[in-house]
Amino acid sequence: MMTAAGSVIFEERKSQIHRKGEKPFDMNCNRESLAGAVSQRACVFCGSRVVLYPIADALHLVHGPIGCAAYTWDIRGALSSGPALHRMSFSTDLQERDIIFGGEEKLYRALIELIDRHRPRAAFVYSTCIVGIIGDDLEAVCRRVSAEKDGIPVLPVQSEGFKGNKREGYSAACKAMFRLVGTGGTEGISPLSVNILGDFNLAGELWIVREYLARIGVETVANITGDGRVEDIMRAHGAALNLVQCSGATMELAQMMKESYGVPFLRVSYFGVEDMAQALYDVAAFFKDRDREIVGRTRALVKDELLKLYPALQEFKKDLCGKKAAIYVGGAFKAFSLVKAFRLLGMKVVLVGSQTGTDQDYRELHEITDRGTIIVDDSNPLELSSFLKEKECDVFVGGVKERPIAYKLGVGFCDHNHERKQPLEGFVGMLNFAKEIHSSVMSPVWRFVPRRKARN
Amino acid sequence: MEPLPYVSTTNACKLCGPLGACLAFRGVEGAVPMLHGSQGCATYMRRYIISHFREPMDIASSALGEKHAVYGGGANLKQGLKNVMTKFGARLIGIATTCLTETIGEDVPMIVEEFRREIRRKGGEEPPAFVSVRTPSYSGTHMEGFHGAVRAVVEQLAGEGHAARMLNLLPGFLSPEDLRHLKEILAAFRCAATILPDISMTLDGPALDDYPKIPGGGTPIEDIWRMGGAGATFELGRTLHGDPQSTGKLLKERFEVALHSMGVPIGLRETDTFFGALEQLTGMERSPRFAMERGRLVDSYVDAHKYLFGKRAVVYGEEDLAVGLTAFLAEVGITPVLCATGGRSGRFRSAVEQVTADILPEAPAVGEGMDFRQIEEQAEILSPDIMIGHSKGYSIARKLGIPLVRVGFPIHDRFGGQRTLHVGYRGTQSLLDRIVNGLIEGNQNNSPVGYGYM
Repeated sequence: MMTAAGSVIFEERKSQIHRKGEKPFDMNCNRESLAGAVSQRACVFCGSRVVLYPIADALHLVHGPIGCAAYTWDIRGALSSGPALHRMSFSTDLQERDIIFGGEEKLYRALIELIDRHRPRAAFVYSTCIVGIIGDDLEAVCRRVSAEKDGIPVLPVQSEGFKGNKREGYSAACKAMFRLVGTGGTEGISPLSVNILGDFNLAGELWIVREYLARIGVETVANITGDGRVEDIMRAHGAALNLVQCSGATMELAQMMKESYGVPFLRVSYFGVEDMAQALYDVAAFFKDRDREIVGRTRALVKDELLKLYPALQEFKKDLCGKKAAIYVGGAFKAFSLVKAFRLLGMKVVLVGSQTGTDQDYRELHEITDRGTIIVDDSNPLELSSFLKEKECDVFVGGVKERPIAYKLGVGFCDHNHERKQPLEGFVGMLNFAKEIHSSVMSPVWRFVPRRKARN
Repeated sequence: MEPLPYVSTTNACKLCGPLGACLAFRGVEGAVPMLHGSQGCATYMRRYIISHFREPMDIASSALGEKHAVYGGGANLKQGLKNVMTKFGARLIGIATTCLTETIGEDVPMIVEEFRREIRRKGGEEPPAFVSVRTPSYSGTHMEGFHGAVRAVVEQLAGEGHAARMLNLLPGFLSPEDLRHLKEILAAFRCAATILPDISMTLDGPALDDYPKIPGGGTPIEDIWRMGGAGATFELGRTLHGDPQSTGKLLKERFEVALHSMGVPIGLRETDTFFGALEQLTGMERSPRFAMERGRLVDSYVDAHKYLFGKRAVVYGEEDLAVGLTAFLAEVGITPVLCATGGRSGRFRSAVEQVTADILPEAPAVGEGMDFRQIEEQAEILSPDIMIGHSKGYSIARKLGIPLVRVGFPIHDRFGGQRTLHVGYRGTQSLLDRIVNGLIEGNQNNSPVGYGYM
């Protein structure tokens, strides 16, 4: 009874896995992770940290024991064009006596010390599991420090790890940022202006998007949050439009800005040729009444870029046609673009899943994938490895935790997570992506791996 | 040198207890580490460890949510244990607590005992071994978690046993390559040893046909049962000497196994001590090949001395490793100007003084409980020529424009951290070569001439 024989799928998780074509679409998601299943998911704190971290001129102080700050020290590829305070790891490093007597005093003193030392434009204070348990009043400490330090925004982020999954953390981050929005002046902002939401400027990706927008005549007011600046976020409500890419992370902020300031939003993606072009066309369509030329400029830009890109892509496509890809990412929205990008390369997506997808996300994935594709929510190494083998995948797209699963089995891998150091967005990003997939799939090393020896 | 009394920590030079416990549990055959806490801890630690070892590192979690934080996580812990038993086929589940479960006061041994009784009542197969350790992340560092888990394994599993192995070797947190080398040395002495923990295969395994539910290798549980019958225990790590909580001390007190406490065998003298102890234990002389390795090492000390004498080094990392490195640096004429650690065992300073006393005219500056901000401030004053430690000192080395020789854990910005050899004559040789070459390369880069013959 207690042996490891049989299926690797947990009984409790069966309803979170769907095979397209076997039966009508019906899938469970957005549940708590199953104990003992080695979920790939992180926690609420992680969600907040991912979103806010790239704001480069803010202080990011983790209130808790050392681990939460240490494991998130500069692990991501979010670049800044100026200050780089975000690349430091600040913690109150709570000790046993702080747990017993409370950590508020230590937090207060740590904040004063760090604000005096670094003179940040704002400070975010992240709550961790234990702070939620001992009940430190973050709000009160932040208010006190803000008052003593000339009103510098000091914002509590209610990100206790156990409070839900990553999505709760996104929400906490949006609530903290929304306290900044609307506090700055909006004079001088162009009528053709946007905020970029849900892009984290990994390897400078946001700069690629900003450049495209500039070329079609659109001003970017605030980067939220890649290469982010506090002052820009404070005046973000002056922009004409919000572009929301990572919707899981920043949709809530977009909605709050719509309700309070009437700023409309568009959902976009900058991954892959189709989605990148669509994003620019959507922006052009939005502004076409204010600028008659914008649609023409946008068409010209897309044409220009495609003329450069396509010949190169065709070369890669020759080798990649018919190869099989698996996708397991944090948020489901990225998966849509990846499915399309693989199709452009002539490849088949046989597995697609995410840590935090919603019912709507999975329904949409079900729509756009081929028959037989496995769709999975909140998966784990045992399941993922068995899917990779079953589907005879050639390449797996995921984050660092998924990498050894692929490599142990002799499957190529592409890091499409926050740690990547190469831009994958925009037209140029599609070329990088194709290059990376090509070098992952075509490497001769796979012919030496035991599992794939016979096949190659 | 006392670190400046900052309230906040900037860029910590330590990690938390549960991570160390997971690493130690990973070194037992058939074991799955499990954290009793919220899901994020397990995932973050997996990510961090995978980035160094580039190997699968499955850590289960009881995945507590808000209601468990309020009403207790016992039911989730039991469900998690059941799932790990059935899906992974674990022979041992090593359970470490987190700050969350320590603070809400979870009694893990009691929950586990209840669970064991429930399984037995239902019949079926005998449950695996459960070992639990308390690792609140607000006390100590990952090394306290590591040693705590090793002690818990011995405390909860070891007995006297028949036909015991000759030696218990408690190596501390070394690289898989280090452990492979230690095994090679033991084999040459025909010394049957129980090495606990043994991550030599579990965190550096081969390419496979299938994803390993549990990687092969690790200390056999049967050997752990009989550790009380061994002839001696070698406990490596100078700061463990005098630690009332050390596992070697436990084996001595409970089973009267003779304890030999010694440093991590890095450098000539610390390695000599290790070989000497083995010679005494086995009654055998070292094989000629180790005598030859030693001879070549001394020869290279001579060859290298002009590159090294008077060079100033900042050494940092886990206490015992930093002490071992310091012992070695003193031997080759490098002046360790700062020995820093995030740990606070209280025994670091005296260990550093012990290993340098007869060579250095004055003891190196020592910093306990330091973070990288404090290390950077000291380094700016001390102007070292080289830094020796793990990847996280990179930003300082870059700022100072000096080489960083990467040793220990984590190595996140270089390839092959799991295959870095630090111990024995051969490990010392490889460290020496890397340090000399690091300095030569630095000289070359800074030279207006660009000598091609250094």
